[in-house]
Amino acid sequence: MSDTGIGAPVRRKEDTRFLTGRGTYTDDINRPGQVHAFILRSPHAHAEIKGIDTSKAKSAAGVLAVYTGADMQIGGLPCGWLIHSKDGSPMAEPPHPVLAQGKVRHVGDPVAVVVAETRAQAKDAAELISVDYKVLPAVVSAEDGLKSGAPQLHEQAKGNLCYDWHLGDKAAVDAAFAKAAHVTRLDIVNNRLVPNAMEPRAAIGEYDRATGEYTLYTTSQNPHVIRLLMGAFVLQLPEHKLRVVAPDVGGGFGSKIYHYAEEAIVTWASSRVGRPIKWTAERGESFASDAQGRDHATHAELALDKDGKFLALKVATIANLGAYLSTFSTAIPTYLYGTLLAGTYTTPAIYVEVKSVFTNTVPVDAYRGAGRPEACFVIERLVDTAARETKIDRAELRRRNFVPKDAYPYQTPVALTYDSGDYFTTLDMALKAADYAGFEQRRQESAKRGKLRGIGVATYIEACGIAPSAVAGALGARAGLYETAELRVHPTGSITVFTGTHSHGQGHETTFAQLVSERLGVPIEMVDVVHGDTTKIPFGMGTYGSRSLPVGGSALVKAMDKVVNKGKKIAAHLLEAAEADIEFKDGKFSVAGTDKNVAFGQVAFAAYVPHNYPIEEVEPGLDETAFYDPKNFTYPAGCHIAEIEIDRDTGVVSVVKFTAADDFGRIINPMIVEGQVHGGLAQGIGQALYENAVYDDDGQLVTGSFMDYCMPRADHLPSFDVATHTTLCTHNPLGVKGCGEAGAIGAPAAVMNAVVDALAPLGVGDLDMPATPERVWNAIAEKTMPKAAE
Amino acid sequence: MATVTLTVNGKSVTATVEPRTLLVQLLREHLGLTGTHVGCDTSQCGACVVHVDGVSAKSCTMLALQADGAQVITIEGLATGDKLHPMQEAFREHHGLQCGFCTPGMVMSAVDFARRHKNPTEQQIREWLEGNICRCTGYHNIVKAIKAGTEAMGRTA
Repeated sequence: MSDTGIGAPVRRKEDTRFLTGRGTYTDDINRPGQVHAFILRSPHAHAEIKGIDTSKAKSAAGVLAVYTGADMQIGGLPCGWLIHSKDGSPMAEPPHPVLAQGKVRHVGDPVAVVVAETRAQAKDAAELISVDYKVLPAVVSAEDGLKSGAPQLHEQAKGNLCYDWHLGDKAAVDAAFAKAAHVTRLDIVNNRLVPNAMEPRAAIGEYDRATGEYTLYTTSQNPHVIRLLMGAFVLQLPEHKLRVVAPDVGGGFGSKIYHYAEEAIVTWASSRVGRPIKWTAERGESFASDAQGRDHATHAELALDKDGKFLALKVATIANLGAYLSTFSTAIPTYLYGTLLAGTYTTPAIYVEVKSVFTNTVPVDAYRGAGRPEACFVIERLVDTAARETKIDRAELRRRNFVPKDAYPYQTPVALTYDSGDYFTTLDMALKAADYAGFEQRRQESAKRGKLRGIGVATYIEACGIAPSAVAGALGARAGLYETAELRVHPTGSITVFTGTHSHGQGHETTFAQLVSERLGVPIEMVDVVHGDTTKIPFGMGTYGSRSLPVGGSALVKAMDKVVNKGKKIAAHLLEAAEADIEFKDGKFSVAGTDKNVAFGQVAFAAYVPHNYPIEEVEPGLDETAFYDPKNFTYPAGCHIAEIEIDRDTGVVSVVKFTAADDFGRIINPMIVEGQVHGGLAQGIGQALYENAVYDDDGQLVTGSFMDYCMPRADHLPSFDVATHTTLCTHNPLGVKGCGEAGAIGAPAAVMNAVVDALAPLGVGDLDMPATPERVWNAIAEKTMPKAAE
Repeated sequence: MATVTLTVNGKSVTATVEPRTLLVQLLREHLGLTGTHVGCDTSQCGACVVHVDGVSAKSCTMLALQADGAQVITIEGLATGDKLHPMQEAFREHHGLQCGFCTPGMVMSAVDFARRHKNPTEQQIREWLEGNICRCTGYHNIVKAIKAGTEAMGRTA
């Protein structure tokens, strides 16, 4: 291994600019003549708009324009995945207007936009807009949304139901339950989360009257997807006249995948106002308008035989979609959730039903893990509860049901085919690192100090790099799921990589450069990676679902293969040898069995200065593009173990140790991979202990700021003990699986299993996330305090 | 409008601003120092931390006029030419940043911490970071970086 190649913890190329304040985030960009937009949002969760008076705002200082839904009679924001219900009918797909059309459906729904010379003037003028609302009753929980008599959000969605979907063999599951020796049942809430990337969303729209071209700078994880959705569906702009730039982006976690109203608003308005228009969200707007995550209510049952073998799993989930369909919202509680319910186990029969429901809340879509944390939480809470009920050790029960090491490719009863894995080894690694065997002694030591101690195990599997396109298309996806890479070798041998993926913290500029440096033998300093600008990069799908390396990296390998193959033809000519005899290694093209060789840089030079060149057989230039459409998902998996301590007096849960053993396939940069795991764990622990989006009955988000929504702070978290074990992905050229979401998938179940383990001696069998001091204290009090006389 | 004169990264600057202008707005919008970020509107996230008269301060929570006459150092003023400050170098070495958005505030806060603590414990570092939120790193590597950076600053002091 070279010190910059595959497997090396190369320090990141992007860090110097971020550490010196020279990153360029969207709000850092200022275009000549730029003016500012402020979005007036609904203060009500559900209301009819009887009238809007913008006259005072229009004449306010600095104001250039005020637009409402009446001015913006354009396409709505599209949904990217069509789900069909059990009965074969297509989902309800109500319009998602860019600016409200006669009705608002959640607090934060955009109602009007003010464009002014300064941001302060735009905001001041927005206060002068008078909106006549007729407030309607609101519904915030999905379960309530399904009740008869519930307030109705959309005339296109009867009973607020988007779809009633299912997957699996119900008859086989019912038969298995009928002969079960034991059935474990749980009602599970997967709490709603706010992604809260640290950079608030922002967008700048700019129109060039001379060329008729629009440019949108935006905080996006996938600029080409935004260009396609906004250009083709919302604004009807030809794609060749629309450039979308996603420069440095300060975190996404899913929330910056989607096409948002503000992007369309500033682009549309820029040509009408004739000035570039910038909009930047305040954090309060992020809470009220960034797509949120999770929000499931589930009843689940696991059937076991007398030996603890899982016979069947039955799951019924109600998923909250919020007020409108966000771009990929419909796929999350279905194809990214139901299909993952086999987990790491051989459960032979699984049946899942999902009802997805509109409510007067912010739209819900993919947030780090997206469906997979919800699936993992259902499975692992059930398994832990089953272990307690059957008095089988938790680790042993899991081991008995793991997919055997020699069973791959393994076909689950919920559509997926796992290509590789080894859940036994990651379990054993984690148990050892966590000193699972020595836990009882630590529990007793804690008890002596008056504390309750618990340990929780969770295993997980995820499916990364959604694919293949044809399969996803058959299941309702309205997008391709390939990735692209262009490798532009310059005449002097340095290289620019153009990737369709997008880096917003993941370090692609380093990892992808490592791949190129290793394969082509070029020093890493001579490789730069470009992403995030539709005029530069080939059409790509961006970054989500831990796909960048498995899909984007594979495209890059294909492009490198093309470069090497062309290079061999050129080298054969230069070396006066047969092409079949040319080998490429360590940056040199050699004639096999001789010491005749020519360096990669010389071949590149010959390609652009083709004086001595096989011009009849090969075009000049060394610039190759590849598209890669995966044959299957990749399946990272692993085991997470949380050890927690509870202060009985305050109900405070402290994570005293957290251990992760993960299988991500081949690892290119272990430093970056560990960092991805750490971040995922923090978000997973955050879900379990701290974070919760709480709406009151009127649909007001009570946790609408960092004062109320508990973002994990440094002193909420421990240092993490992380390790990896590798089984290679069998169907992509790098053997990589993806690592971005794992932490957020395994951690919630591990932490909650530990909390319940600590409370079990008191008789507490279950607790909802987040396990806040209040909830834990009340759970303890309910079991230990004498009941007051009635 | 009001006039404010202060020293930013060693250079004297004078600006005419609305009285309600925040220090961070002066830095970002008037002086073009966009390394200092705004991540919230309630003084929690710490992406905007700069040094005012040698002490870390949230520039979103100060009026520009309150900085009249002050010495302000931003993330752009920390390195010496192309040579990173030891704390910046420690963040790079220990992968203490991912998306980079919270990073300027983290680094400026960490430098102030290092000046106050010569041999800190992990717990002291974690408690100091109460006012700086990072969503990417889980803090693990930030804590390592601050420990290393603090030690490095001690060696060069």
